[in-house]
Amino acid sequence: MTDQTTQTPVSTPARAKPAKGGFLGLTSNDSTLLMIIFGLLIFAPFILNPFPEGSAMAQFNAGYPDLMQRFVIFGIFAIGFNILFGLTGYLSFGHAAFLGVGSYAAIWSMKLVTLNVIPAIIMAIIVAGAFSWVVGKISLRRSGIYFSILTLAFAQMSYALAYSVLTPITGGETGLQIKNTDNPLFGSLNPGEIGRANFFGLEMGNSYMLEIGNWVFTFNLGYYIAAVAMLVAFYLSIRIFRSPFGIMLRAVKSNQQRMNYTGLEPKRYTLWAFVISGMFAGLAGGLMVAMDTQVGPERMFWTASGEVVIMTILGGAGTLMGPVLGAGFIKYLENIVSKINKDILHQWFAFLPDGFEDLMVTLVYPFVGKGWHLTMGILFMLVVIFLPGGLVEGGKRIAGLFTRKKTADKES
Amino acid sequence: MAILSVKGVNKRFGGLQALGDVNLDVEENTCHAIIGPNGAGKSTLLNVLVGKLIPDSGSVVFDGQSVLGRKPHQINQMGISRVFQTPEIFGDLTVIENMLIPCFAKRDGSFRMHAIESVRDEGDMIAKAESMLDEVNMLDKTDMLASSMSRGDKRRLEMAMCLVQEPRLLLLDEPTAGMARADTENTIQLLKDIRTSRGITMAIIEHDMNVVFSLAERITVLAQGTPLVEDTPDNIKGHPKVREAYLGEAQV
Ligand SMILES: Nc1ncnc2c1ncn2[C@@H]1O[C@H](COP(=O)(O)OP(=O)(O)O)[C@@H](O)[C@H]1O
Ligand SMILES: [Mg+2]
Repeated sequence: MTDQTTQTPVSTPARAKPAKGGFLGLTSNDSTLLMIIFGLLIFAPFILNPFPEGSAMAQFNAGYPDLMQRFVIFGIFAIGFNILFGLTGYLSFGHAAFLGVGSYAAIWSMKLVTLNVIPAIIMAIIVAGAFSWVVGKISLRRSGIYFSILTLAFAQMSYALAYSVLTPITGGETGLQIKNTDNPLFGSLNPGEIGRANFFGLEMGNSYMLEIGNWVFTFNLGYYIAAVAMLVAFYLSIRIFRSPFGIMLRAVKSNQQRMNYTGLEPKRYTLWAFVISGMFAGLAGGLMVAMDTQVGPERMFWTASGEVVIMTILGGAGTLMGPVLGAGFIKYLENIVSKINKDILHQWFAFLPDGFEDLMVTLVYPFVGKGWHLTMGILFMLVVIFLPGGLVEGGKRIAGLFTRKKTADKES
Repeated sequence: MAILSVKGVNKRFGGLQALGDVNLDVEENTCHAIIGPNGAGKSTLLNVLVGKLIPDSGSVVFDGQSVLGRKPHQINQMGISRVFQTPEIFGDLTVIENMLIPCFAKRDGSFRMHAIESVRDEGDMIAKAESMLDEVNMLDKTDMLASSMSRGDKRRLEMAMCLVQEPRLLLLDEPTAGMARADTENTIQLLKDIRTSRGITMAIIEHDMNVVFSLAERITVLAQGTPLVEDTPDNIKGHPKVREAYLGEAQV
């Protein structure tokens, strides 16, 4: 990876080097990174579907719209979370609340105003931003573990309220869906017709299937809208990392005392990082509703907040690429590895003598299917212990091995 | 004219009178040292000046404005910078980034949402930071991680970070404490150079007599929270009260 971590001293953005080959105000390294993400997003339907339909490996294909949308949406969620946690070091344990609030805002926009997803997404960002300002303002009165606990308390409170007292706005346990009784202000629905989310008239569910030989590739409108959102989110994240504001956020993590005595207000910087990451979470929540027009309170449950923490750390907190990798990794495990069952394992190990086959199946089974949590847990522990910089650091070490080999070859 | 004027400041910690009726004037364009044995209240006084502690009574006026009740970042924005007893820098950031932060703080105030601008486009600020680094002979360390430097270099960096803000008053809390001999000499030389090149007003707390006598134009001796005498270095050296309270102890 060409990812520039915040810890890499050699490539300080602060050096006044003329930007070579960059665009959109990025250095050439950063624009390469943006292009990689752009390429991955555009070609995801191909990249994630490498195995032909009907083959034994087809269950490893992840190129269906539903999952591709989830990759991208959780990518955005983690990118935003990383702006807070990766830069300032403040560990929020309640970010799912902002995602949930964004979702509720988006579905109300669709129910009342228009089924167009763009206003819904904008509403989601605004409402989540405002809510995170309030939560941030209060939680940032403390730091360290107390800050984390306060954010967790807020999120659990939101979850409980959405379940009970706020039922009139949240739909309680059943949540909210678009019903045939909903008649948005700007819409031309026939009486009794159930509205569908659209992008200026084009329905989110629209897909184009491309068949090449035994392969089927699906290009889905909803996915591409989410992909554009993620590209913008990633670009903004690069800009923030490379800005004076980004330096201030890293200063918060490094030494708040020095900031105070340098005439700066670390808490205010942290609050704005909190709000920005809350808005990214709102964007993710809004997109979820745009893809699948329903919300329930479980979206705000503490496990959902924990998941984005794990994604960010697994991928590499404080790096640009880390959250994207982490989100992709975990969503892949959750959706693909969890589908592997005993029959599939028997198929895989069928080439072994019967006794060995059963042994292998027994050994592997705890790690797949419902056991995917175990696989994730072990993976997470290994990364935290051996690769504190996350998958990005792993990638760098591997790349480092190759370059060292190359130079060694040249010297010999 | 006194740029900093402390009048009748008292501070108690429980039963302990850490500062008792402290009066002190720091004249513009001088180096004023505050000396005294351990526990005399030197750090407490400094903490009052920068807004970390609020005194029980008394007044502290800087440049015609009271500093009492103001937060540390506001006092810094008024023009007071502080060097700590152990260097306080941004260890996870590079040297140039450490330097840019005070530059931004000086230009933009205590908060600014410059989230989309690129640091690379801050040519003026980078030039300013680099010329300050040049002045303290650290230009070769620009891209180093601040935490990876020697203690002497960290001290140098911290001073450069304070100086680049062009403060009206620089406060130094035992800047050579715990330093090796060579680093101490270096630091004294650096402070002297700064005095001659910039004519900056300094208030320095020090334990080390060599540092004090070679730098200061005025010296206040503090003992048990109260100023004993204030005079020029030469007069302080021979003062019987000072010998008793401070130098006598140092000879033991
Ligand atoms: N925060 C505090 N709480 C209680 N006592 C303190 C505190 N800070 C300093 N003191 C006491 O006040 C006295 C003066 O301390 P200090 O100003 O650090 O002395 P100096 O810097 O001259 O060595 C000491 O007796 C010290 O123990
Ligand atoms: Mg002290």
